[in-house]
Amino acid sequence: MGSGETRQQVLVLYLANSSLDSSVKAWAIYDGTAKTRHMPGDSEKPPYTNGLEALLDGWRLIQASPLINHSKGEEFRMGYLKYEFFFEKLEHSD
Amino acid sequence: MTEPILLSTKQVAFFAANGFVELPAEVPATINERFLDAIGASDRREDVSQENLDRLSRLGGLMAKSDIPAVPAGTPLFSAFKETTVLGDLVRVPSIRGAIQSLVGANCVLDHHFVHVASGPLVYGNRQQISQHLHQDSTIDPRESAFDIQMFYFPHDVTSEMGGTRFVPGTHLRVVSESAVARYQNMLGQRHIECPAGSVFFMHHGIWHGGGVNRTNLSRFMYKLRLNPTVPQVRLWDTSDLNREDTSQRPIFFVKERYDPEAIASILTRALPWFENDTGRIEYIQRIRFWRKLIGDETFDADYWATRLECEPKLLDS
Repeated sequence: MGSGETRQQVLVLYLANSSLDSSVKAWAIYDGTAKTRHMPGDSEKPPYTNGLEALLDGWRLIQASPLINHSKGEEFRMGYLKYEFFFEKLEHSD
Repeated sequence: MTEPILLSTKQVAFFAANGFVELPAEVPATINERFLDAIGASDRREDVSQENLDRLSRLGGLMAKSDIPAVPAGTPLFSAFKETTVLGDLVRVPSIRGAIQSLVGANCVLDHHFVHVASGPLVYGNRQQISQHLHQDSTIDPRESAFDIQMFYFPHDVTSEMGGTRFVPGTHLRVVSESAVARYQNMLGQRHIECPAGSVFFMHHGIWHGGGVNRTNLSRFMYKLRLNPTVPQVRLWDTSDLNREDTSQRPIFFVKERYDPEAIASILTRALPWFENDTGRIEYIQRIRFWRKLIGDETFDADYWATRLECEPKLLDS
């Protein structure tokens, strides 16, 4: 680590099911250190094969989407991706 | 007038499952050139003169000065675009007209149209350009039996460096709120349009998409036309290839013969890379329900996904 101020890097993984070791289907990266700039459509290959790999690489899990019971009559209505996991790393910004 | 070339059943089944139909290099070069000329964009040289840079920076207001007509929403398409005009000729290309007729009917109406322009580093210099967030057009659209189409017309070659429209096949049946999906930077199976001049994509209104960054010095143009149906969208295409086998069940799980990949059931139950384990199966059910509407047969099923959920034997009335 350098001597700059600490900044947050955020990794969002969308997995195949509710298990953290299931495969990555979609992803996003936001880098508060400004060392990298990510944008929509900038990558075809996920940064990790599954969520567990991110933990092994030092990312800290800070939020996971809850499992929500299905409302009567809405069981088959599909909307947003279901298995969203937020990770962070704290890095120096230099 | 030349007869429209309708889509086939398999093409419409592909549309039901993936949310788009692609017609590469379908528009004749003469129409492509006339279109670029009509919007004042026929001169697309890599010209770094100040005059050209000023012109490129004003491309956003291009439609107002162009020969493209402003059309009241809800105008019948073929009244809005008369024959002999460039847009009239574009929508009357037999395969284009046929695809429109197959999906939203011959008497569809124009919702809106627009020329999208993406200029490159010549215009933006060192200012960093960010690709457009993923979104679904319009707003939450809960319709179940009707849908709009959006025609994406690319009048010139689009290379990977030009940042052609990015879209995620198969997202069209998800009910979301416009840019609420913007958080998803990348999804497995996303596609970036690269195509030869004159290519046309017909997209279901619900497909998730966004424009890319143009990294070349040639401005990129895309004409988008949204159309609404005026009739139930049932068997509007050429159904001569709709086979009896396509409406009957086949063995599932334990099978002795490989499935025909071109069978309707195969097309409707083909997983896409971004599918989650459990909701991928619900995608099949959504496609089946969509196909039922399209063929006007509420008993249709593919690989029993819907039938077993509907199997609730009742006691006979005494």
